[in-house]
Amino acid sequence: ESVKFWLWSEISSIYFSTMDILLACGSFNPITNQHMRLFELARDHMHRTGQYQVVSGIMSPVSDNYGKQGLVLAKHRTAMAKLALQSSNWVTVDEWESQQPDWTETAVTMRYHHEQILKRYEQSKPTFTSSDKNIASLSGENRTITDVPPQLKLLCGADFLDTFKIPGMWRDDHVEEVVGRFGLICVSRGALQPERAVHESDALTRHSGSIHLVREWVRNETSATEVRRALRRGMSVKYLIPDSVIEYIHQHNLYTEDSERRNADAVLRPLAKQARPEF
Amino acid sequence: MEGQNMSKVVLLACGSFNPITNMHLRMFELARDHLEDTGRYSVIKGIISPVSDGYKKKGLIEACHRVEMARLATENSQWITVDSWECLQPEWVETLKVIRHHYEEQMAAEQNEDDVDTVRYAKKRRYLEGTTHLKIRECPQLMMLCGADVLESFVIPNLWKQDDIAEILGRYGLVCITRSGSDPYKFIHQSDLLWKYRKNIHVVPEWVTNEISATHVRQALRRGQSVRYLLPDDVVQYIQEHQLYNSDTEQKNADVILAPLQRYTGASSS
Repeated sequence: ESVKFWLWSEISSIYFSTMDILLACGSFNPITNQHMRLFELARDHMHRTGQYQVVSGIMSPVSDNYGKQGLVLAKHRTAMAKLALQSSNWVTVDEWESQQPDWTETAVTMRYHHEQILKRYEQSKPTFTSSDKNIASLSGENRTITDVPPQLKLLCGADFLDTFKIPGMWRDDHVEEVVGRFGLICVSRGALQPERAVHESDALTRHSGSIHLVREWVRNETSATEVRRALRRGMSVKYLIPDSVIEYIHQHNLYTEDSERRNADAVLRPLAKQARPEF
Repeated sequence: MEGQNMSKVVLLACGSFNPITNMHLRMFELARDHLEDTGRYSVIKGIISPVSDGYKKKGLIEACHRVEMARLATENSQWITVDSWECLQPEWVETLKVIRHHYEEQMAAEQNEDDVDTVRYAKKRRYLEGTTHLKIRECPQLMMLCGADVLESFVIPNLWKQDDIAEILGRYGLVCITRSGSDPYKFIHQSDLLWKYRKNIHVVPEWVTNEISATHVRQALRRGQSVRYLLPDDVVQYIQEHQLYNSDTEQKNADVILAPLQRYTGASSS
């Protein structure tokens, strides 16, 4: 009986709200506790609205061709993210983006994951629907949930919103697609003002209805840049990143002055790839 | 060469630890990095000393839970430990007395180690004595570790005895982790007492803003929000298992005056 009740409450909570899957794209160089906090904060926020049920989270490290200074190999960044998320029961690491030969636009990465979600949903639909119908008939409800696959939303920090302002960083149609078709959850920290970033972009303002702003009241500004700096200088990063990740970094001697010089003079791949000749 | 001019230091942090957060643990790491970077100190141990229930702070849950959480949080640290002497005292104990207690403990421990040394490391000691004949085995220096808020609390009337502050700073020393928005140097400048002992106050800048306050953690827990990655996983699990923080526990000591204020207000008015 208790199992039945549990199943009912689980399904009804899904039934009355939209299922969400959160995708975070980034360098994760290395992953920090703050990255994982973003997921927790976003999920709490979406659940508080009563309209969304966050069912899973995906962390997608960028590929090596991104051209960002100090970016260590994707295999290491992925391995560290996996170690850090070992204890999470809802966020996982996906390697697809990091394994692409060239840098992949965020919109393209989202399309890929959206397709994967639809595929998995189609596969699981028959069993899911029949069990739901049984329970729905118990409560006298006639509606079925067949036509609502989970939605994919992009999860980002407030600094990410500012990249929309950088000329050449985003293709206009991609902004439309990411924000308009999928949706955005932005967690703001510290002094950054996400509302301003939305205001300063026409595209973001047009789709402000699908942008969820989450405020983090605790100022917790652990940035991967600061973590790398501390590691280079032999300072402690304990309690900023998980112990297992610290151990991995030491084992592979990952963040050094040499590794920080990588891509030092390179142009960020999005800027090169999307550059249009100026007249 | 190692340790010839270096003083050994033990860091002691007193507080509620209600509950312990990653920020408390970060303070130890930052303090050790800073002190060792000066080349004058070698930090050998950190002690977390949760306050006793007699402190009467609002929302303060039983010491046994606070100690256990701190113990779980420090399980993966090779140098930070938890000590329950303070919280086992029937009444609130002045921080100075806690510092004295741990200093004596440390002295006693060092004495024992000395006895061991004479047997096991006689050779090494002879060598050391040969090179630095003036070297006397010193007891590690005990320093109080705190956040900038504690330094600022030194001037709150009736919270601290001025003699206690003078002894803490003059005889032991203070390591103070700054937070953004606080200017400890200005604070030290403005207080004659702090100014007098300024050389024993080590100000450690926090290079990453990390304001995980226990108050915020309790608030999130009351509201059913996630506190993962703000506290160690084991602590989060312990809190859930024992259902530690809710609106009832937050009302504990709600109308009670803080123990130090009770004690010193009574004393000064008589």
